[in-house]
Amino acid sequence: MFSAAWFFVRRYPVIPVLILALLVFSAITAPWISPHEPNQIDLVNRHNPPFWLEEGSITNPLGTDFLGRDILSRIIGGAPITVFVVVASVATGVLIGTTLGLVTGYFGGIVDDIVMRAVDAWNILPALLIILVVVLTFGQGLPVLIGVFAMLSWPGAVRLVRAETLSLRHREYVALAQVAGASNFRILIRHILPGIVNIVIVTATLGTGNIILTEAALSFLGAGIPPPDPTWGKMISEERQYLDKAWWATFFPGIAIALVVMSGNFLGDWMRDRFDPTLRQL
Amino acid sequence: MGRLIARRIFLGLIALLGAMLILFALSRAVGDPRYLFIGEDSVGIDPVVWEEWGRKLNLDKPVPIQFALWLGDILTGDFGDSVTLQRPVLQAIREKAPHTIQLGIVAWLLGTAVGVPLGVFSATNRGKLFDYIARSFALLGQSVPIFWIALVLIFTFAVWLHWLPAGTKGEGLAFRNYIMPAVTLAWFPAASYLRITRTSMLEILDSEFVKFARAKGVTLETVRWKHAFRNAIIPPLTLSVFVLFGLLNGTIIIETVFAWPGLGRLAIEALWATDFPLLAGLTIIYGAAFVVMILLLDIVYAILDPRIRYV
Repeated sequence: MFSAAWFFVRRYPVIPVLILALLVFSAITAPWISPHEPNQIDLVNRHNPPFWLEEGSITNPLGTDFLGRDILSRIIGGAPITVFVVVASVATGVLIGTTLGLVTGYFGGIVDDIVMRAVDAWNILPALLIILVVVLTFGQGLPVLIGVFAMLSWPGAVRLVRAETLSLRHREYVALAQVAGASNFRILIRHILPGIVNIVIVTATLGTGNIILTEAALSFLGAGIPPPDPTWGKMISEERQYLDKAWWATFFPGIAIALVVMSGNFLGDWMRDRFDPTLRQL
Repeated sequence: MGRLIARRIFLGLIALLGAMLILFALSRAVGDPRYLFIGEDSVGIDPVVWEEWGRKLNLDKPVPIQFALWLGDILTGDFGDSVTLQRPVLQAIREKAPHTIQLGIVAWLLGTAVGVPLGVFSATNRGKLFDYIARSFALLGQSVPIFWIALVLIFTFAVWLHWLPAGTKGEGLAFRNYIMPAVTLAWFPAASYLRITRTSMLEILDSEFVKFARAKGVTLETVRWKHAFRNAIIPPLTLSVFVLFGLLNGTIIIETVFAWPGLGRLAIEALWATDFPLLAGLTIIYGAAFVVMILLLDIVYAILDPRIRYV
């Protein structure tokens, strides 16, 4: 019994999926499951330690921050923002990138040239610096953040989808579909898209970790979502100066980021191996 | 080979032009660009000065001409004046660059020196304990936010144990001040190196010629290092350029945490002071440096791999 369970855990990414499911669950139900109001200031109880330490209490299981706010509640309160930013920006970026990649790879020609030169231009811009330029011009905020992450993720998707489309469009089944009189649109949607959807899903999954890390870094630098809304990066940044007094206030948000990113990376790796018959060890 | 390189140079220049077009579009995207170039002082500014800025930025001319003039300025090395520092952008960058380059190179070497050998050993010990430990190390490095690693290191080695200084570059060649920033900065690239070297090595070790060499009686060590490793080196080599470029993202964060007086701090200060010329100048210079590095990489490829030379 035990060995069967262990086999299952080793073969399937059970733990990463559980962590991600927990993240999505707390993102949806955050207002109801968090023990306290995330932004509720309680100056009497500043820097209360977590419950297992002396002076800690179960009312604040992971302790309180420099304004007496409950850390567990703030971590849960940061989940919706993290999930929303990732889902919205990845969806936008992947949608634009896949469409452009399909079109450029299938039709080629002048559109291909123009799009690929645009991709080149985006690729030489250093990611974090161009984000800072965008934040400087448009100001801080959630829409700006989502827009900038979408802008950064589409060029990679174009490259990938274009290369896959190029390799698929000269296959025999595509030629036969053309002979049978299928329109270009139908060929792209019915015959080519199913062949590339795996790799798109894998890349999108692997990309989420990077977006979460960048979002956290921006919040840490103070260029992310403005206060007082809790984000994990900002929680760490705010507590930097109290490192010697209250390690838990920086430690737990960091653990939250690391677990989520690790799960995303792990799941992406697993799917890539799974979808690739040469790597699947059957 | 000459044609190949000529084409690469051409494409690189086009990409750079495109990047500058993106920056230019951003500067014009919010209406009057003068707000970006003057900064906080633009509130309640003297109308005469305001008009003067308009002329300076060629706002009286059509937009394509504005872009061409801006491009011309940059090509002649005039990136404009920084809003906060009140002096030429290029001068400010040149002053701060050595600090970032020194840190970047130390981290780059450290990341390569740790990541590549670990990747090789991880591949040759596939499925064993060493492989699992090395891959966990890689997974951690790619998942944990680097500013958090930095804080944990500061807490452990500076606040708690008092072994290392918590920040700043120090006077002269202060070796101890480099340890924490470089280690933090190098972890992520080391993880990338490890993974890519491991995959590449596994692929080569599985190939026919390696099996043949083994069957012929060549020793395991010789096969690993002479046959496999030399052929597996291309992916990590490609990665190294992207790592060097990617370290920039890291330096912006690390220099903020460790109070390092380099370009990353400059970028953050520029952001807070709404200093568009400075931030745009930094972006262009990094972009141009990247184009040059990619070009060098292509040339190195052509030297290493004869098949590319004759395309």
